[in-house]
This record gives sequence, structure tokens and C-alpha cells, in this order.
Amino acid sequence: MIGQIIFILILAAAIWLFSKNVAKIRRNILLGRDVDRSDNPGERWKTMAMVALGQSKMGKRPLAAVMHVFIYVGFVIINIEVLEILIDGVSGSHRIFSHPLGGLYGMLIGGFEFLAVLVLVACVTFLIRRNIGRLKRFSGVEMTEWPRSDANYILIIEILLMTAFLTMNAADHKLQLLNYAHYIRAGSFPVSSILSPLLPDNAASLEMIERGCWWFHIIGILAFLNYLPYSKHFHILLAFPNVYYSNLNPKGKFTNMASVTNEVKAMLDPSFVPEPVEVTRFGAKDVTDLTWKNLMEAYTCTECGRCTSVCPANQTGKLLSPRKIMMDTRDRISEIGKGIDKNGKDFKDDKTLLDNYITREELWACTTCNACTDACPVNINPLEIITEMRRYIVMEESQAPASLNNMFGNVENNGAPWKYSAADRFNWKESH
Amino acid sequence: MAAQGKEPEILFWVGCAGSFDERAQRITRDICKILNHVGISFAVLGTEENCTGDPAKRAGNEFLFQMQAMMNIQVLNGYNIKKIVTGCPHCFNTIKNEYPGLGGNYEVIHHSQLIQQLIDEGKLKAEGGESFKGRRITYHDPCYLGRGNDVYEAPRKALEVLDADLVEMKRCKSNGLCCGAGGAQMFKEPEKGNKDINMERMEDVLESKATVVAAACPFCMTMLRDGVKGKDKEQEIQVLDIAEITARANGL
Repeated sequence: MIGQIIFILILAAAIWLFSKNVAKIRRNILLGRDVDRSDNPGERWKTMAMVALGQSKMGKRPLAAVMHVFIYVGFVIINIEVLEILIDGVSGSHRIFSHPLGGLYGMLIGGFEFLAVLVLVACVTFLIRRNIGRLKRFSGVEMTEWPRSDANYILIIEILLMTAFLTMNAADHKLQLLNYAHYIRAGSFPVSSILSPLLPDNAASLEMIERGCWWFHIIGILAFLNYLPYSKHFHILLAFPNVYYSNLNPKGKFTNMASVTNEVKAMLDPSFVPEPVEVTRFGAKDVTDLTWKNLMEAYTCTECGRCTSVCPANQTGKLLSPRKIMMDTRDRISEIGKGIDKNGKDFKDDKTLLDNYITREELWACTTCNACTDACPVNINPLEIITEMRRYIVMEESQAPASLNNMFGNVENNGAPWKYSAADRFNWKESH
Repeated sequence: MAAQGKEPEILFWVGCAGSFDERAQRITRDICKILNHVGISFAVLGTEENCTGDPAKRAGNEFLFQMQAMMNIQVLNGYNIKKIVTGCPHCFNTIKNEYPGLGGNYEVIHHSQLIQQLIDEGKLKAEGGESFKGRRITYHDPCYLGRGNDVYEAPRKALEVLDADLVEMKRCKSNGLCCGAGGAQMFKEPEKGNKDINMERMEDVLESKATVVAAACPFCMTMLRDGVKGKDKEQEIQVLDIAEITARANGL
């Protein structure tokens, strides 16, 4: 009975804390400008099913794809077991699904055990790749101490959880064979039965191990849940809405700014009456000038670095790293969020995304080639943020590099980016 | 043509590079030869054509882009243009994707798509001209044709009819590496780094051992040719546009 009360209290506290932190992230995301992504729900569901649920963009790197599927499938399916643990914890029952599911239960538990092994294999492989193999993709200026530790913490927590799960099953299985107390014969234990010889034979110690692992496993999961909002691992939740709200246009299509259309139309036709649009500033100086979708993407990013590894600027030693663009955006919006928590919603500081986080040199190195957006397994678009920031630099500050200002001047005066006379435009016909 | 009250089947949007860049002018003329060869009636805007605004837009100058776009749309709508073929993926992307929102609605294709259509319809073959048989050709995907608009097969189709030895580079199609010119980089010096992007791309070209690099964009053409020069391979490697290869293969 006391166990149940403690369990319910821990569960309630975990859910309350998690909801509170998720609500904060939601509030931060909604600090972004509005953008309509409610069109075409059919296409959006389809994209989500393919890209998020079906992981269709992971396949380009086969080893990572297979290992990731192990963890992903393991996580989703072993959650059925977590559901049982939750019900057992609240009601004080033991393996409540075993009776109604009968033979199927044995298969399920056996399946979970194989999945747990696959998860372990994948986590260990990932740890080796990160810390011993030192893959280039996991380094870079933005991969400072915290992002690197974060990745290791996630993998270690998952290894601990799976180990506890298997040890719990091993002890349970042994108790079942002893016909001890309420440990009814349920489940099949293809993996954990191999571990049995490692465990003591007396029932009291076994029960302690079983209970210990049971509590460790479930408290571990609830603690991990509450780690998510502070971690890149939050992608396991945001990947789905983030892909749902993907940009469905061809990648080459950039947004036309409605505020600019009004001004240009008014210039070309003085009688034009502009439609009212919310005028803030042109482009983005800080994260609140970006859209909520850009900010959602920043929180979705799991820092895998596929974007940066295919970026032509990054590959040739320039400062630009699309992953850094996303991480800077997230760090800045989190900073503003913390400021709001402390000082109320009118919080302002003297920092901005431009210059304090992202330098101009990074922004001007982009070739807008869309390799980053194509590479992202969850359809994040660093290019849109880069473009918005260029718009701010050019239209609000007139601080484009001199050579680009020359190009603008040529386009404006000669109708071509070079200094050729418009009258010579048809000369190609003659010069054979 | 408009003066005679006639409307062309298709408008050929030449683009700034195709109009002014000496190397790209040759591509422009070859596209005209192909159109004439198959008997498509076409027109060009000549001195009435203006930059689409692409480099301005990618560099962040939305004002200048929309000014250019609206002027061009006025001209195009004035001539009642319905269908456009462009000689440049940047013009193609801009007119196809970004003009509709500003009142310019046309069917827009890139010249590699036109060539593919003509091959599919049996109007274009690869005969009567230079033979590419057995020559090792690789194709460099322009970003705004490939990733930007998912056009990967049309230019490859134009090469498949040649009976040549086609090879893909290590990074191709959606994984293709940029030439380094996009996003208005063509008009500025690159940022500080350890090499230029076109030289990085040359590594792929050399690895493919191709003797012909097929391009489909005048800016890629410039960058790839500079890369070939930079590697001192001008004698061994030719950079040719899809339109030039097609025109040569047909003896145009």
C-alpha cells in the first residue's frame, strides 16, 4: 500500500514537472511570428507518416539508420511494458497483462527482451562512434562540452534502463521457477534467462533485486522524461509535429514577403491601397523575428550534424555550420524564455541572435544550395533562418558586402547583375 | 513577332548569363538551334528582358527582387505569354515558383526538360553530328534544378541517348555538391576557408575519370571551368552544357 502511494506521488510529480516544462517550450515557440502551415492536411499526414514515423530520410547513412531503428522501435514497443508497469505500480498488481493476454504475453515479453538487446547494441555502437571513433560529424565549433555530454548522457541512461529491465526479468523469471509468492509463471525470457546464473539463488535476495530494478526502471524512465525538455533528445516528441508542419513547397521556392509586396506595388502604382499586414521589421535580427516554425525546428534539432556534413561552405573550411544556426536559435530563444520566467513577459536584454550568436561571416558563406534541408531527417530548414537574417542585414541595415551592393546596383540600373548595358542584351545573336 | 500579331508557342527566357557571358551565349545559341531544328515557334524578349531578381532575392534584397519580378511580369503578361523555357535553373526556379505569388502564372520548364520532351516525342535523336559514343561523361546537378525543384532525370535522359559511357560522381542527385555560385556567391568573393567550393567539386570530377562534365546552368559552367583550369586539366576535361551536347550530337 505504501509502495502504491509513493508510486502515485512520484508519477504525479513527474507528469506535473514535465507538463510545466513542455508548456514553457510551447510558450517560447509561440514567441515567433505567425505563419500558416494548416493547409493540405492530407499531404502533411502523409509526409509525417513517411519522414517521421517511417524514418525515410535516415537511409542515406545505413549503419546509423539501422542502429537508430533499433532504438526507435525498441523505445516505442517497450512502452507497452511501461504501461503495464504503470498499472502495476498504481494498482499494486504484478504483471497484470499476463492473465488476459495468456500465450501472447509470453511472446510480447520475449519480443521486448530481444528489442532491449538491440537497443543495447545500438547504444553501445553509438557511444563508440562518438567517443572512440570520433566521427567528424559529431565535432565542430558548436559541439561544445554540453552537447557532447548530453549525447553521452542519453545513451548511458538508455543502457542503464535496458540493463535494469533485463535484470528485473531475470530475477522475476527465477522467482517464477521457485514458485515464490505472487511471482506467477508468466512470460518467456529468452534473453534474461541467460543472465539467471549470475543472480543469487535465494528468494529474498532475488525479490530485492527484482523490486530494486523495477523501481529503478520506472523512476529512471520518469526522470528521463523530465530530462527531455533540457536535452536534444526532445526530438523524440517534436519530430512528429515538426515534420507535419514541413515546408511542402519546392525547396527552391523562397517566401515572398507580403510587407515588401505592398511597398513595391505602392511604388509602381500610387493609387494602390495596400492590404494590411503586420509590419514589424524586414527580416530577422533576433529569434522573435523568426516564425514559430523556425523556433519549433530549433527545439526539434537533435544535433546529428547531417546538415553540416553536406554543407559546401562547411566542407571547404568556412565558418558556416547549419547545425550551429539551429543550436544558436534554440539557445537564444531558451535564454529569452528564462528571462521571461524571471522578469515577466516584457523581458528585454541587449543581446540578439545576429552578432551575439550568429556572425555575418557565417550568413554570407551560404550558397543557398539546400543540401542542409535535404539532409535533415526531420525536415528542419536552416536556410530559411539564414535568408531571414540576410534580409535584415540588407533591408534594415544596408550592410551587405560591397560586392553584393555593386550587384544590386547593376540589377537596378542595367537589369543584369553585371555592368552591361541593357541595350546590349540581344547581342548574343550576332556574335557567332 | 508581337508586332505581326502572332504569339509564339513558347518564350525562351535567355537570362543574364545567357545574354552577356560569352561562354553562356554559346549555350543560348545552341538552345535556339534546337528549337529551330524541331520547328517550335519561339520568341525572346531581347532588350525587354530583365534580371529575374534571383541573385537579389537569395542575397536578402527582397525589395529589388520584387521590383524586378513585377516589371518582368508586366512585360510577360503584356505579350500574353503562357509557356516559358529558360536557359538557367535560377531563372527557372524564380519564374516558376516565386512569380505566381506576384501575379505571374506561366508554365515554366528548364531547357533540359524541353530536350527530354523532344527526345520522348521522337523529335530529337542523337544522330547526324558528333559522336559521343564510348566517351566518359558525368553530369553535375545544379542545386536549383535538382534539390530545388526535383529535376534529376531530364538532363540525364538527354545524355542517355548518346550511347556514351555515363558515370555518376560520388556526390550526385539529391546528394550533389554545389558548384559554389548559388545564393549570390557568384557576385562576391568567398568567405575565408581552406579551399574554394568548385575545387572541392573538382575532386569528384577527377575521381569519376570523366572527360566530359555535363552542366545545365551557366553559373555551374563558370565554376566548373574555373575548377578545370585550377586543376590544369583543360586538355583532358571539357565542360559542356546539356544543350551544347544535344546540338553537337545532332549536327546543329
